[in-house]
Amino acid sequence: MDLYSNHKKLYMAALGFFLVLTLFVAIIPALSNQQANAVLPGSRPLNALEKEGKAVFIAEGCVACHTQQVRNLDMDKNWGSRPSIAADYAGITRTDVWRNTATLMGSERTGPDLTNIGNRQPAEDWHLLHLYNPRLVVGTSVMPSYEWLFESKEYADTEDKVLNIPGAEKDGRKVVASRKAMALVAYLQSLKQLKLPDGRPVPVFLYSKDAGKVTAAVLALKKQTAFDGEALYTSNCSSCHQPNGQGIPGAFPSLKGSAIVLDTDPLVQVTIIMKGYDGRAGEGYGAMPAVGTNNNLKPEEVAAIVNHERSSWGNQSKQVTAEEVKKIISSLK
Amino acid sequence: MMKTNKLFITAFAVMAGTSAAFAGTDDTTGISGQGISDIVYGLLMGALIFLMLLLLLWLYRLSVKLRLETNDNKADHKRRMQQQVSALDRTDLSHILTHSASLRKRTGNNAGIVTAMIFMSLLAAPAKAEAGPAPDLLLKSPGMIITVTLILLPLMVAIWYTGIKVSRLISRIQFRRIRNETDDLISAAGTDPDFYHLLLERKASLDFKLSDEELGSNVSPADRKGLLHNVAEVDSPRFLAAKRKASVPHDLDKSLVRAILWFLGSATAWLVLGTSVGEYLGIKFVAPDADHVSWLSFGRLRPVHTNMVFWGWSSLAMLGLGYYVVPRVSNTVIFSIRLAYWSLILVNSAVLCGSLTLMAGINNGGGEYREYIWPVMALFALGILLTLYNYYRTIGSRKTTEIYISNWYIVAAMMFVTVIALVGYLPQWQNGLGETIVQGYYMHQAVGMWFMLFNLGLIYYFLPQQLNTPIYSYSLGILAFWAQILFYTLIGTHHFLFSSIPWWLQTVAIVGSVGMLIPVFAGTTNFLMTMKGNFHKISRSYTLPFYLVGVIFYFTGSMQGTAEAFRETNLAWHFTDFTTAHSHITMYGIIAFMLWAFIYTLVPRLTGKEPGQHWVGAHFWLALVGLLFYTVPLMIGGTLRGIAWQSGKPFIDSVVLMAPYWLWRAIGGSLMWLSHLVFCWNMYTMTLRRSENEIRKEVMDALGNNHMISNPV
Repeated sequence: MDLYSNHKKLYMAALGFFLVLTLFVAIIPALSNQQANAVLPGSRPLNALEKEGKAVFIAEGCVACHTQQVRNLDMDKNWGSRPSIAADYAGITRTDVWRNTATLMGSERTGPDLTNIGNRQPAEDWHLLHLYNPRLVVGTSVMPSYEWLFESKEYADTEDKVLNIPGAEKDGRKVVASRKAMALVAYLQSLKQLKLPDGRPVPVFLYSKDAGKVTAAVLALKKQTAFDGEALYTSNCSSCHQPNGQGIPGAFPSLKGSAIVLDTDPLVQVTIIMKGYDGRAGEGYGAMPAVGTNNNLKPEEVAAIVNHERSSWGNQSKQVTAEEVKKIISSLK
Repeated sequence: MMKTNKLFITAFAVMAGTSAAFAGTDDTTGISGQGISDIVYGLLMGALIFLMLLLLLWLYRLSVKLRLETNDNKADHKRRMQQQVSALDRTDLSHILTHSASLRKRTGNNAGIVTAMIFMSLLAAPAKAEAGPAPDLLLKSPGMIITVTLILLPLMVAIWYTGIKVSRLISRIQFRRIRNETDDLISAAGTDPDFYHLLLERKASLDFKLSDEELGSNVSPADRKGLLHNVAEVDSPRFLAAKRKASVPHDLDKSLVRAILWFLGSATAWLVLGTSVGEYLGIKFVAPDADHVSWLSFGRLRPVHTNMVFWGWSSLAMLGLGYYVVPRVSNTVIFSIRLAYWSLILVNSAVLCGSLTLMAGINNGGGEYREYIWPVMALFALGILLTLYNYYRTIGSRKTTEIYISNWYIVAAMMFVTVIALVGYLPQWQNGLGETIVQGYYMHQAVGMWFMLFNLGLIYYFLPQQLNTPIYSYSLGILAFWAQILFYTLIGTHHFLFSSIPWWLQTVAIVGSVGMLIPVFAGTTNFLMTMKGNFHKISRSYTLPFYLVGVIFYFTGSMQGTAEAFRETNLAWHFTDFTTAHSHITMYGIIAFMLWAFIYTLVPRLTGKEPGQHWVGAHFWLALVGLLFYTVPLMIGGTLRGIAWQSGKPFIDSVVLMAPYWLWRAIGGSLMWLSHLVFCWNMYTMTLRRSENEIRKEVMDALGNNHMISNPV
């Protein structure tokens, strides 16, 4: 055959074949996707500081370990209230002349997904401490420390954000967040999943346990953890209040022996979980976000957390039922 | 025989009954404590019954032997006598010859009684076995199990005791028979003169000895035709087998050799550097506070590692090897060596600039393997284009009519990687999800259409060359070529299953991943069939093990890729370290091993200097064991992590869970890294290090010059 002894024909045939396929699986889908999708109503572009923060996020290569995509899988339910859709990314365009578009969807999840981190963990103090050294707040974390985003100063200016690091008081120097750190935290706080406008069908999470597609072993594990107060506490609370319930002095208050936790009436405790709390700012504690509302916790789950807090670390207080919690939650609305 | 068969059937029925009963409990209660103890009981019972069967079989064989011994008929007396004579050695024969007579005769034995006894017990055994365990559900109850055990244990002791008795009896009978036969022999020798002569002749033949001078007498050896070189005696025992040396160096254009060595040398440097970075990254999973320096942080170094081993090590090594293969299979010379050097400089500077910018925090925005900003990648693409043009012109001036298949793969890879870089970096289709769709295409094409395609081209030349045999099937190579283009181009988006890119595109990627079975099967078949009949060469070669491992990982790694692409498997494996394990099985197990195979094949032929075979062995085993230590734990850990996510456990638990597997990764990574240092040493031995031969040649040349000067003719 001539094709096999004529190099021009052979290579043109191979290249042509490859180009046609490339056109159909990459270029045309990409073009049609960027034309067909528009940003969701209610979304706003990043402000200057957040933009700066995104640049830090890109430069530090955070995407190596953190995804920003909620897949339409039941197991991704923790990361957002709905699966991500194309419109969530539609507003992202080329960063600058030198850099390409950064949707930052990622392909490894060594650390948690960040699609909705602005809702899941809005506390600025927590983020700063965590960036300075993740192991201050999450003991078993393997995330790098971003010490170079902070400065060590003899005296802090009034506009400086000083970190309250346990055990760092001795040498008298202050750890102050640089503009880059503040920008990065602002960017992280801006990462919030938007509600879909009414009338738009919400994509469902696939492979849920009801679908009966998961194995028996997984089901058994789920049974154990469904309302496991300790697991729920680990997922939702312990990054601030710590696994030992003692918090971090000066940053996050202790739950051990806390009057609110030991109160036989769960009203205040449940209210704080659902609505957040800013009552102890005077002592240097940051504001607590409305964890229960942000993370869509069910009354049964809140009850499990409350009961875990009431029966751990030496705490011994009256247990509550899901019914009581449900009543309190509905009264809050 | 009938009895034993019946026994077997009974036993099998019992076993089937037990296992069925256990299966029944598993379905309802799952693996509970009760279920486990049931399984233990079942195994114990199975073992007992099996032991029983073995004992019975032993007894049966003993009885057969006993029957043979006792059925001593005299019909073939003569034949046995002959047989005996031929079996005797010199001293036995002289004993017989010196003995004249004194024969004793014994008759009769009690074999009949014993036989009857055995058959009695054989009859009794199945009766008891059948009476005991019956295949019903009662068997589950511990009481029943104990009862059966109690019956079986004494029965087994009885059988064993009988067996011992019978085997003693057999040896007694044997002894008596052999003594009788010897007595017969002696008497025959005394009475029959013909037989006596026969024995004498036999004795004479056995006494025959060589004089030790039949072949060479005492003349010392000489090599009159100059066939032997470098004769060296090894007096100590050889702990490691000696491998074959490479043949004489090729008579290749010295400037091309130098260019190729530059490519391979810089590739080696990037390998050592890039994997040192990788090794450090692996350590950071175990010790995240190893340093707090921005330039060395995980997020910045990770792309430095991946890009350096991609574009620095693998790509440069491939280009260098291509500069040998492309003109070779075209039976012509390279178009331009100057272009080769330009290409070398461009690619090297791309990797250097890229690594520095990444460490400084300047990157393209996060797509894997697309982290270099466009000006850096443009340098790389330009380098590739120059070499592509160089290869193309060389093939244009080829002396063969056909284009050998290697050149299909190599030039196609060069063209495709240029297209891939353009599609990946042109800004027109990168907004929103366009970026992600392009990213899926880009990252997978870079792997499959650049590294894999180019390496396949190289192996189509080097493997037959090393085995000194033609490739098994040219047609399979052609099939694999077109099938690879068709299916591989489609599969990119399987890295984004369940994301917000169009569902149909995800499905196309999965279909393409399954289609990849065709080129992979075709390629693997081709390579293994080429090796077939040559496997004995592997143990005698220091290069062929690398080929074999490369081909095996080509098959398993690619299969694994297909397995990962399905939606169901993606649930457990996506986003976990399973992917990291897969990428190392492929980029290291396939690509790096193949490249080492080619380098160890080619460089000694270019320079005439070989690496120490023990060093090559050390490289091979460190790399292989390191790779397995690296990948297997990561696959296990990745799977467990995926399952933990599915079960809804707290995320941080899945981080803690990975700790031991990350430690294993660091250990495996260290072994791999060590192997690269060894490889680096081997490269030095093969190129820069002055060999004894070179020094001798210099000394000789100097001698020649002196001679010329002192004796002007």
